[in-house]
Amino acid sequence: MIAWAIYLTFAGAVILLFLPRGLARWIALATAASGFAIALAAFFAPGADLAHFATIIRVPWVPALGMNYHLAADGISLTMTLVTGLIAVCAVLFSWKVESRPNEFFFWLLLVVGGSYGVFLSADLFLLFVFYELVIVPKYFLIAIWGSTNKEYGAMKLTLYSFFGGALVFIGILAIYTTAGSLDLTQLARYQFTPQLQGWAFPVLFLGFAVLAGIWPLHTWAPTGHVAAPTAGSMLLAGIVMKLGAYGALRVALNLFPLGFAIWSKWIAILAVIGIVYAAAVALRQNDLKFVIGYSSVSHMGFILLGLAAANVLGVSGAVLQMFSHGVIGALLFALAGAVYYRTHTRNLDDLSRMGLSRALPFFAFAFVIASAASMGIPGFSGFAAEITILIGVWKTFPMAVWMTGIGMVLVAAFTLRALKKSFFGEDPIASVRRAVVLPNEAVTGAEKLGASLLIFATIAVGLYPKLLLDRIIPAVETMRFLQP
Amino acid sequence: MRYLELLQLAAPEAIVVITALAVLTIGLVTGRRGVGATVSVAAGAWNAGDTPATPPASMGLCSFVAALGLAVAAGAVLQLPPHATLLHGMLVISPLNSLFKIVCLVLAIFVVLLARSEHSLPNKGEYLAMILLATIGLLLLVGSEELLMIFIGLELTGLSLYVMTAFDKAHQSSAEAGLKYFLFGSMASAFTLFGLSFIYGLTGATALASIEQGLATAPLPPLLAAGIIMTLVGFAFKIAAAPFHLWAPDAYQGAPVSAAAFIASGSKVASFVVLGKIVLIGFGPMHGSAAWHAMAGGWTPILAVLAALSILIGNLVALVQKNVRRLLAYSAVAHAGYTLLGLVAGGREGFSATLFYTTTYALTLAGAFGVVGFVRRENAGDDLSDFAGLSARSPLLAGCMAIFMLSLAGLPPLAGFFGKFYLFSAALRAGADYGLLWLVALALFGSLISLYYYLIVLKVIFADESKPIGFADHPDFLQRLTLSLLAATVLLLGIIPGTLLTRIIASFS
Repeated sequence: MIAWAIYLTFAGAVILLFLPRGLARWIALATAASGFAIALAAFFAPGADLAHFATIIRVPWVPALGMNYHLAADGISLTMTLVTGLIAVCAVLFSWKVESRPNEFFFWLLLVVGGSYGVFLSADLFLLFVFYELVIVPKYFLIAIWGSTNKEYGAMKLTLYSFFGGALVFIGILAIYTTAGSLDLTQLARYQFTPQLQGWAFPVLFLGFAVLAGIWPLHTWAPTGHVAAPTAGSMLLAGIVMKLGAYGALRVALNLFPLGFAIWSKWIAILAVIGIVYAAAVALRQNDLKFVIGYSSVSHMGFILLGLAAANVLGVSGAVLQMFSHGVIGALLFALAGAVYYRTHTRNLDDLSRMGLSRALPFFAFAFVIASAASMGIPGFSGFAAEITILIGVWKTFPMAVWMTGIGMVLVAAFTLRALKKSFFGEDPIASVRRAVVLPNEAVTGAEKLGASLLIFATIAVGLYPKLLLDRIIPAVETMRFLQP
Repeated sequence: MRYLELLQLAAPEAIVVITALAVLTIGLVTGRRGVGATVSVAAGAWNAGDTPATPPASMGLCSFVAALGLAVAAGAVLQLPPHATLLHGMLVISPLNSLFKIVCLVLAIFVVLLARSEHSLPNKGEYLAMILLATIGLLLLVGSEELLMIFIGLELTGLSLYVMTAFDKAHQSSAEAGLKYFLFGSMASAFTLFGLSFIYGLTGATALASIEQGLATAPLPPLLAAGIIMTLVGFAFKIAAAPFHLWAPDAYQGAPVSAAAFIASGSKVASFVVLGKIVLIGFGPMHGSAAWHAMAGGWTPILAVLAALSILIGNLVALVQKNVRRLLAYSAVAHAGYTLLGLVAGGREGFSATLFYTTTYALTLAGAFGVVGFVRRENAGDDLSDFAGLSARSPLLAGCMAIFMLSLAGLPPLAGFFGKFYLFSAALRAGADYGLLWLVALALFGSLISLYYYLIVLKVIFADESKPIGFADHPDFLQRLTLSLLAATVLLLGIIPGTLLTRIIASFS
């Protein structure tokens, strides 16, 4: 059933092109919502086999080359499709006011969503790569046409980095395919590659995926891309697209090349820790609200890579939980930053601090406080649940990394609070010249309230009851073969 | 030899010849009435006498007859027996040859349809006859496994294409392109013929199968090496592989759009088919090796070097082009490099990867030139800036162009992506112990570069503001149908590549 999320999303995207523009956002919303509903239903379906990558559909595609159209799902895939559906709905809600070429806009947006569903559900390496690369180009158009601030540069940089990562993944997949003669992920997960092959193919494949996950020092596309992207574009980028990289690294690179991973895991941990601390430090010095959030994304993605490097059940499960959690929180932060920018036409923190936005836009201020708290890792929100799980896992493998990460967490709190204070709780607007005049038609819309509320609900629900996700993630993680006792 | 049998087996070629004569006659009888008996007709005269949007009825008739003849020829190919050999391999009927005869005929039909809307060309009948003659050359090339016949096919294609390139007498660049193409081309032909004479001298045979037997015993003597290199020079010229690509940018830019499309599509497919046959069958024993740690003398390292140079030079030079046709020309050089990878890999898998890739590439480029032709009619130019805001003027053409460009860049779910995957996996599998990884990595690096310039084209089309255009043209139904059909084919061959792939693989056995 979950496969219909893919078909419906692509069908919706194509239908959009042929409809009058007035209908575009409604069709987009209906498509995203039905995808989300399917993901929810599949996630909560009782009695599903969560531990194994259970086949949903498997038909020959190109029999001559051994390619199958093969979809499968386990607890990790279901978690990721859930967050994809949620963010798709919220991204459409926060794009309610796109006036310029709305049909095309939602077409590209739904292609990203559909491709992401496809990646999370593919059990054939070629199919997974098709979906993975399919996501690249829509991002370019979303940013280059509807973006802001240096949009052409940001779009091109992001696309070329993604494609570069894709090329490395391509080499890795070709190495797998030509050696094992198969593209079936469940078969490959049992295949023993020679240590020599794993030694060179693992880093190539992992790095390829990690480019999209924002690994330091190949993260620089992320902040510029986020800043240039339209609101929905940033939400999808931070919420889903960066997770595609992390998911691919877990599902393909780690699981197929356990020996290669064992050799390289400490280097991954080192890069991840550098990423966490470095990005947080850079975020502290940014003056553009979206740059702050962009670097915070890189920092939080570092936790995912660190969790994967831990190579034990807790670390990896925490990493998957963090994929969900940061998807929700990152999307919420970018949604709010975009909504504020739409009204004030500035993202400069100094300018914003003179506007007294907490009074003009109290709902956004409230939501931003929640998002910041969740981002900082305050207990009760999903960020805490995920990061503490990761750190417990990492403690067993790389205790030193946990100490270093501590510095990063302090910096995260520092830049988040700084951004929060400057953007919404600046100087008293009565004392200075009050510049933000909120016109009636710029009040917070119902769509924005609904979108923000959904994301807030998700982060709090998972924060209070992480078992909801972990019960589904841990069985799937336990069957992976790269885990070290 | 029974002449009836010959006629039967050469029916497709015969039908195209008859069609060419018919088109020439129709063009002579009807085409020149409006403009008098003067041979050269400037485009200005055309515009003064006729509204450019409505071609004279006779042009429509010529195009119709040409397309019909090509379609009938394709039907005749289907009627051929599966296997037959005439005159020691001068005419060979095999499933592979028949498949690619059909591909060449289909590409020729598309080119005829593209030519239909080129109103600036004088004497459309003669032009269409040239397309048909070039097509016969392609059919001979594809359908022959004998050096002399291959050379005749090469020359027939070449000469027709030189004339087509120089056909647009209203533009100086067309004449320049034609002359350059002719000079480079005849030089390359001379090299090839010289090389072939060495091969003949060493083996005493001109049929590919006999050459293979003749070479099987001999070590690689210097004379043979010279022969192989000189033969390959001619083909490197035909497929525009660096460093024999210098004619391509001028020809692609200056020639009439449909001529450029034919050079880039039909001529390229046939050249790759015949090059593959020559190296894999004829020179089979002298393959050598291009693996990184085990280079060995033979034709594989030569092709590997040509491929590497083409990928690097084509992609890097394409980066700075401001004219879309020139950009397509340099990208064609790069694609020739990718396609050569399959031949370097060798074997059935490598050859079928090359054939799949070159077929999809030809379809893509025919479509891209169709869009270029439309923009050219609007703005009388084909620089990047002339494409600005095309998506607002004609969403359909912009969408088609997006599909063509993204397929060239190798993005899924389009044919170019699958083609590259197949090609690169064949190359990686062929060299023992990942010996060809260097070439695959280079090709992937090349496609990374290429994504940049393809995206720039699309950025200009989709994101830039439209500038005032010279003359608002609305593509008529047939043009829209042609381009949509090509775009749909490129998309479908990416989603279900098995349709073409199984045919190619089956045709080997």
